[in-house]
Amino acid sequence: MGVVSAMLGSPFAVQLLATVVKILAIFALSLNIPPIMVWLERRIPALMQRRRGPNRVGLFGFRLWGLLQSLVDAIKLIFKEEVRPSGAPKGLFHLAPLFNVFPVFLILCAIPFGEPVTIYGHTVPLKVLELNVGFLFILAMTGLGIYGVILSGWASGSKFSLLGSLRASAQMISYEIPLGLSLIPLVLIFDSLDLSEIVAAQSNFWGWGVFVAPISFFIFLICMFAETNRTPFDLAEAESELVVGYHTEFGSSKFALFFLAEYVAMFGLSLLCSVLFFGGWHVPFMSKDYLLQVLSPNMVAAFGVVVLLIKASFFMFLYIWVRWTIPRFRYDQLMGLGWKLLIPVGIANVVVTAGILALGF
Amino acid sequence: MNPYIPILITLALGVGLGLILSGMSAWLGPSKPSAAKGEVFECGVPQVTTRDRMSVKFYLTAILFILFDIETVFLFLWAKVFRILGWFGVIEVGLFVAILVAGYMYILKTGALEWE
Repeated sequence: MGVVSAMLGSPFAVQLLATVVKILAIFALSLNIPPIMVWLERRIPALMQRRRGPNRVGLFGFRLWGLLQSLVDAIKLIFKEEVRPSGAPKGLFHLAPLFNVFPVFLILCAIPFGEPVTIYGHTVPLKVLELNVGFLFILAMTGLGIYGVILSGWASGSKFSLLGSLRASAQMISYEIPLGLSLIPLVLIFDSLDLSEIVAAQSNFWGWGVFVAPISFFIFLICMFAETNRTPFDLAEAESELVVGYHTEFGSSKFALFFLAEYVAMFGLSLLCSVLFFGGWHVPFMSKDYLLQVLSPNMVAAFGVVVLLIKASFFMFLYIWVRWTIPRFRYDQLMGLGWKLLIPVGIANVVVTAGILALGF
Repeated sequence: MNPYIPILITLALGVGLGLILSGMSAWLGPSKPSAAKGEVFECGVPQVTTRDRMSVKFYLTAILFILFDIETVFLFLWAKVFRILGWFGVIEVGLFVAILVAGYMYILKTGALEWE
């Protein structure tokens, strides 16, 4: 006990412990996202199309609306044989999926989940990375994901995969520019590159990013779908042309890994959207002072995390909703939308925002 | 604490998780390789290997991306010190964006942004 208390006495050890706990919490959260999302992605369309969707798999006679279907699918995938095409380079075939996975966790780590909590006298921020350039870090990490796409396409030794990966990477880099441009007005308005400070600046409902920078929001929303290769921008995995695109040749647990990366990336961008444009952990028309009268500071922070997760779930739902509403673009339309509409609008948005703010000097 | 320590921890955990997940089937699943299984998904069409040289039509997109992405990063830095620089910064960035837009009009005119 003496050693433990001595170790906990040093600020570095406490911070390290808190960091590891936070990282593990993020991993635990994100590992639960794909199974739930896969289940929702089958049940919600079923509701929309008035059919049933998976509802049979259960445990001990409890069906739980088929919630365990994803778990069973994951177990099945893990116990499948791994097939590597004979033309695929062995090392890269095994390594390429990794490049899809770790950037998405790094994105999640840069996102503030709530206000700092106080545990045993130590103030612990609910954010893993204490970076004052959270914006740039997230942009860099979304850029890293492209390596995973290109490498896995090339490492498959299959032309469908390669074509899919080329399409996907061209699409992702094209939409990275409007994504970055859409964030600049926010930096101008909130005067910070730190995501926690941006949330703090949105405590008033009408000061939310979506109201002060609506054009940015729409550009960001479109880029959010394009960056994760989701419909209507899922050209990379157009079934009718390319089988499933860059992960055609990856089966068994590697297939599960691609799903994990995709859904965690969607979750990260949904969180980012809530943090930047929808006030993060702030509840509309409910000030922090009011909450502090009813709850203890730590409970207010926990409540904020729940609020943020609810906001993010809406965008996760939006992903599914859009998938069953809007058909896929044609490839030239997709690139045209990015380069000929979103980039000029994004640049104009920056200039106009700066002009309006400068008039206030 | 150095803010890059958490990045390294997350990186290690992320890569570890990826390695475990992607290796799981190799450890737990059966392994009965055969020539037919080693073929790529081509529906009976002769294979095209990715080792062959092929024309990548997107190289121009990639170059344009680098140009515009660097410009975005410049704008981020300006946006951070916007209030300190004031009108001086607005005019300077206005010139920067004007040159950029001229370049953008040029690539638009030359047809670099046409896809088939």
